[in-house]
Amino acid sequence: MNGSDIIFYLLAAMTLVCGLLAVTTRHIFRAAVFLLFSLIGVAGIYFWLQYEFIAAVQIVVYAGGIAVLIIFSIFLTQQAGDKLPKQRIDRKIFGALAAFCGFALVMIQVYGHTFFETEEGEVTVSVFNIGKKMLSITDGGYALPFEIISMLLLAAMIGCIVIALRTKKENS
Amino acid sequence: MQPGLYHILFISTALFFIGVYGFLTRKNLVTMLMSIELVLNSVNLNFIAFNKYLWPHKMDGLFFTLFIIAIAAAEAAVAIAIIINLYRSHNSINVENAEELKY
Amino acid sequence: MPAIIYILIPFLPLAGFVLLGLFGKKYFKSASGWIGTLLMLVSFILAVYVAYDYFSATSIFPRNVPVKYTWLVFSENISIDMGILQDPISMMMIVVVTFISLMVHIYSLGYMKGEERYPTYYSFLSLFTFSMLGLVLASNLFQTYIFWELVGVSSFLLIGYYYDKPSAVAAAKKAFIVTRFADLGFLIGILVIANTSDTLDYNTLIATLTSTGSEQASSAAASTFLGASALTWGTALIFIGGAGKSAMFPLHIWLPDAMEGPTPVSALIHAATMVVAGVYLVARLFPIFSINTPAVLDIVGWVGAISAVFAAIIACTQTDIKRILAYSTMSQIGYMMFALGVAGYGGESGLGYTASMFHLFTHAMFKALLFLGAGVVIHYVHSNDMKDMGGLRKKMPVTHITFLIACLAIAGIPPFAGFFSKEEILLAAYNGNTIIYWIALITSGLTAFYMFRLYFSIFWNKPYQADHHSGHKSEGGWIMLFPLLVLALGAAGSGFIPFGKYINTDGIPLESHFHLQFSILPVALGLAGIFMAMWLYKKQNNRPEKLAASLNGFYKAAYHKFYIDEIYLFVTKKIIFNLIGRPAAWFDKNVVDGLVNLAGNTTTAVSESIKKLQSGRIQQYAIYFLFGAIGLAILFIYIWK
Repeated sequence: MNGSDIIFYLLAAMTLVCGLLAVTTRHIFRAAVFLLFSLIGVAGIYFWLQYEFIAAVQIVVYAGGIAVLIIFSIFLTQQAGDKLPKQRIDRKIFGALAAFCGFALVMIQVYGHTFFETEEGEVTVSVFNIGKKMLSITDGGYALPFEIISMLLLAAMIGCIVIALRTKKENS
Repeated sequence: MQPGLYHILFISTALFFIGVYGFLTRKNLVTMLMSIELVLNSVNLNFIAFNKYLWPHKMDGLFFTLFIIAIAAAEAAVAIAIIINLYRSHNSINVENAEELKY
Repeated sequence: MPAIIYILIPFLPLAGFVLLGLFGKKYFKSASGWIGTLLMLVSFILAVYVAYDYFSATSIFPRNVPVKYTWLVFSENISIDMGILQDPISMMMIVVVTFISLMVHIYSLGYMKGEERYPTYYSFLSLFTFSMLGLVLASNLFQTYIFWELVGVSSFLLIGYYYDKPSAVAAAKKAFIVTRFADLGFLIGILVIANTSDTLDYNTLIATLTSTGSEQASSAAASTFLGASALTWGTALIFIGGAGKSAMFPLHIWLPDAMEGPTPVSALIHAATMVVAGVYLVARLFPIFSINTPAVLDIVGWVGAISAVFAAIIACTQTDIKRILAYSTMSQIGYMMFALGVAGYGGESGLGYTASMFHLFTHAMFKALLFLGAGVVIHYVHSNDMKDMGGLRKKMPVTHITFLIACLAIAGIPPFAGFFSKEEILLAAYNGNTIIYWIALITSGLTAFYMFRLYFSIFWNKPYQADHHSGHKSEGGWIMLFPLLVLALGAAGSGFIPFGKYINTDGIPLESHFHLQFSILPVALGLAGIFMAMWLYKKQNNRPEKLAASLNGFYKAAYHKFYIDEIYLFVTKKIIFNLIGRPAAWFDKNVVDGLVNLAGNTTTAVSESIKKLQSGRIQQYAIYFLFGAIGLAILFIYIWK
């Protein structure tokens, strides 16, 4: 049991516990913060897997962008102070049952399956390689999805502005 | 024991179903959105794990993860915009108040 | 002879029907009578021309088909063709039908003058004439059936002509329903015969069934059902259809009620032409009846004889003059039927066939004359009942003389027409079946009695009191008396036509002999009947009441027409309606409708119970989705590998 394993188990525990707390707590602001910690835990796992670039993107986009966005929306809908109403017990039971059944099913399948690893060599995951692969139009390059995603982001931006636009007659 | 593929798969599956539980249980639209984010993250973890352990000579899983992060961000933004719009008409973001599409 | 002339004979009245029916009311209200009569006159002239041309040929009269149009083909041999059959009886019938129809058309010009629905009346008359001509000229068994039904419809329309009288409406319905019920038998008979002999065309039918050794005849005789061969069933069922239309016992109940129609209609339809359709049908199929199924011919004879005597007894008690004439018609048609029934095929034994057709011819003349004369009387007195009449011989001389001639003819007094035709019938019966002969003899005595009872009650008996609503003060115009005179000539003179030369069973001319000894008995009986009527009715006295009282029970039964109508009502109301009709209606309303309603109600109930699934809450949808996905996954992984 070396240090790397211990760090891994700690990160895993943080991710899962914070995720669980995020979906069960009754204070909405605390849920947002727990989500933030869970996302940072996932970024930590990426770091442990030595995929630094993705970890960085995760922190920048998720933790710094989406979590903040969620906190903004909580404020905009004036929900910050109050406690959320308690959920009905049968809904919780059914949900837990469904989730647990699904979890058990998937885990049984995963543990029963042997994954075949390939013998070919490893390629270094560096920013240089990622960039080269992303913008190449030949050799399995990802230039096309890149452009499509950029258009999607544009459409999403415009869409958000249009949907959330407060029109003149709604001035109340 | 040495953490390997199976451990990370365990984490990602657990995170996925925690997110599903949250989606089914929560009444507030914003908390439902948070559960969706957990689900998306579990998927990302899955992709990276397979990329690292099964196909280390390619980078497909990594690119998928990148794109999913981008799309998730766009989707969260649009969802927030819709929630704000819904809040204006119903004056609450309780999902049980938005059941006009019933029989 | 170009085919167009044959086609014009029935189609001119049809053109009259269409023209007057569609445009009569609007455009030629008062001219429609003349148009109908004119068309009828042309048709009559053409019919006489065609018949003269046919009969002036050689002495053998073949059965040929100058016009034929193949219409519906069911199989190689069975098809419904529309064609015109030319043979001795059809030529005779077209002359009779067009002549009587022409007389009735002319008579109605005066009788129905001033009627509100005058054009409609003439269009119905033309429709009837067309249907009757089509029936007699039909070359195919099914074609006969089609025109049979058309004649029934025309009769219905004409009986119910005064549709605001409930009794007329009821009578029209009764006539149609009773004849329709009989026509069911006719239709089944047609189907049986078409099945056994594989053809519907008259020529082929008669040729194949009567030639011995043909496969159709032997197969028809071989296939049996309940002890009788298929052909016997077929011809018996066809005879039932004919019996219904000809008002034979027990399907006669519609004929007295049919007198609710206008009197010219009664003259045309219910005396001279439509009611003889049944006799015509048996005559048309006579070779099959006499050669293949002689048992059915026996039945025909007995039904005819029973109807004749039954009607004669009832006619002696009735007081409505039109009803007396109706029962007289039924009796005379019974004569025609049993004359066919006692005849055989070929040579002297075919006398009954000739006699029946001869009687049909003469009967048309004098019965139409009787009805038209009765119409003049009714027109004058404004009542149908004999008790309101009497002593009219000075007020209406022409009618008196013509009525007397007709009564003498029907009683069988020489030298009028009825004597010759009745004598031949009695001769045929004497040679054929002795019991029927005695029944016929007694009936002829009764016939003379009740006809002269009618004559004396109208024209003699008591002096006429015109204290009822003032009728017309004169007999009526010449337009109504002209047909009476022409028909009287026919009733007097048509006895001298040598019928046997032209109309016989096998095409070989039959000599008609005059047997003096044989005819003494019927004439004596006729005269006895006349004198009895004279004794009872010439002067007003109480002898009729004393006679009726002495025959008490029997007289009452005869007066109430032997309660046949009541029996029918009982059977239909108590038995058919209650035992069959009500359960069927209950079944239809509760079970059949109930099943349909059940389907609807079940659908509604099921939809009510599952509509809660669509609650509008997405988390519920998500749970169902998740459970479904897990279920499918388990299914595919573990169960259906």
